[in-house]
Amino acid sequence: MPEIKNYTMNFGPQHPSAHGVLRLVLELDGEVIVRADPHIGLLHRGTEKLAEHKTFLQSVPYMDRLDYVSMLCNEHAYVQAIEKLAGIEVPLRAQYIRVMYDEITRILNHLMWLGAHGLDIGAMTVFLYCFREREDLLDAYEAVSGARMHAAYYRPGGVYRDLPDSMPQYEASKIHNAAAVKKLNENRQGSLLDFLEDFTRRFPTYVDEYETLLTDNRIWKQRTVGIGVLTPERALALGITGPMLRGSGVEWDLRKKQPYAAYDKVDFDIPVGVNGDSYDRYLVRVEEMRQSNRIIKQCISWLRQNPGPVITANHKFAPPGRESMKQNMEELIHHFKLFTEGMHVPEGEAYSVVEHPKGEFGIYLVSDGANKPYRLKIRAPGFANLSSLDEMVRGHMIADVVTIIGTQDIVFGEIDR
Amino acid sequence: MTTEKKSLLEDLGSLLGERLVSVQARLGEITVVVRATEMLSVLTLMRDAEELRFAQMVDLCGMDYSEYGDGAWEGKRFAVVYHLLSVVHNRRLRVRIFAEEDDFPVLASVADIWPGANWFEREAFDLFGLIFTGHPDLRRILTDYGFVGNPFRKDFPLSGHVEMRYDPEQQRVVYQPVTVEPREVTPRILREQTYGCN
Repeated sequence: MPEIKNYTMNFGPQHPSAHGVLRLVLELDGEVIVRADPHIGLLHRGTEKLAEHKTFLQSVPYMDRLDYVSMLCNEHAYVQAIEKLAGIEVPLRAQYIRVMYDEITRILNHLMWLGAHGLDIGAMTVFLYCFREREDLLDAYEAVSGARMHAAYYRPGGVYRDLPDSMPQYEASKIHNAAAVKKLNENRQGSLLDFLEDFTRRFPTYVDEYETLLTDNRIWKQRTVGIGVLTPERALALGITGPMLRGSGVEWDLRKKQPYAAYDKVDFDIPVGVNGDSYDRYLVRVEEMRQSNRIIKQCISWLRQNPGPVITANHKFAPPGRESMKQNMEELIHHFKLFTEGMHVPEGEAYSVVEHPKGEFGIYLVSDGANKPYRLKIRAPGFANLSSLDEMVRGHMIADVVTIIGTQDIVFGEIDR
Repeated sequence: MTTEKKSLLEDLGSLLGERLVSVQARLGEITVVVRATEMLSVLTLMRDAEELRFAQMVDLCGMDYSEYGDGAWEGKRFAVVYHLLSVVHNRRLRVRIFAEEDDFPVLASVADIWPGANWFEREAFDLFGLIFTGHPDLRRILTDYGFVGNPFRKDFPLSGHVEMRYDPEQQRVVYQPVTVEPREVTPRILREQTYGCN
């Protein structure tokens, strides 16, 4: 009798469906996975160590680069940790702006996820649709911060500046003539809020389009139903959070259960799955996009009616206005101290969490009273989710590994930190 | 919210009492310190006791207190901070456990209590050199294959010890001592707590 032994296969780190730099060592019995050993850390940049050597404000842009498809949610957790330790009151308008941008970010993330997940398991078209919508939301990012992705828009005590009254316009070029540009600029005639309102009117139809492509698609269901089933008890024990946990039927959403910013003032529902498989997680995320759209609508109408300050007036943490800085010695000193030495966060420790598109994103900040954090621990949802990969893929076929990597929505910026 | 937090303190007191070295409630968060020798039984109780039900270990964070307050720290050097979450009771708890020895920090692994702790413990082992006894697979996780040292310890320089380059003569990537000068753009400044409050 010939000797039969398991076959070990290397997957990644350059594999297109490895979502970046995941390296998997798969032990196979025929085509069935016996064991999967993820090797991570290929994108480890030591963000936590770097933050210990930077002032509190200088670390804000690092947060964008953790999970680089949901930039502002990462920042939110970080600035919230500083605010918690320092006891800073954030103006209500800033809280609403944060909620609005968190939800824009959630849609951005889920669109990216849906497109990439679809592409991985054989649905090419949905990727193109998703990226069409992402463009509008990235324009909203750009209008408010000047950067399409790495916004660095949230600051301890509020947000960097108020929403702009006008949207940037396209200009006629060799590629677009005046008539084409006029059409492109149609929904950019008003303020940023008008632009976003137009988007929220169109977006539910777009989600319907994605669902037409996928929800009842026979191939999509064959690839996702019953793949990577997680029971609620097991999901909790493994530290899984976010849509992955809700897909298993646990109704747990920090926006509802431990509300932060202005989430207790907006109305939305938490979708939960039933079977805990990849298909349910898909349904949960699609419904989350609809709910985010609902929240954005409510934020827009509130922000229209309630002008006000968007950053705290406590100049130990937020810079004074340019005008007053040039007329007032004390404010000039505040500005100088803030941007040379940086803020001093009172001694103590705080754990701040946000419901990140991927799960519970936490920042554990320890300060000893200096102008730099003593220790900054980033609790990345993807790290805990990916650690369950071995358990989820056991007994599945090789092709299902790709589905399970996709359904986990992993981004290596946050896993490797 | 406040009544609930109070009852968590009461529950902890009645269930664990003397086994908690210290209990602190600050900024709406509760921190308890537990002895390393008793950690497994205390943490198991926290997971299973009906009043607590911390079914999820959300975060596990290694700590190196050696330079805390620029030398003002007098306790043990290494600790592990666990953040626990009870989905049933909607509560959070922070548990800090100090490693007994500074030269060879050892703690018990909680991977049997919360399987999700597996990678978090590997991370703390990799970055801080903390040893977790009873861990099923204690390997480095984030640093490079063959990495030497524990980069998140406070005595490890930010720029590291080695750098990598391609050597055209040997036609492979080689390691060499770092050539970058350490630099500090903004110095770390620790002032008295009342600074600026007039």
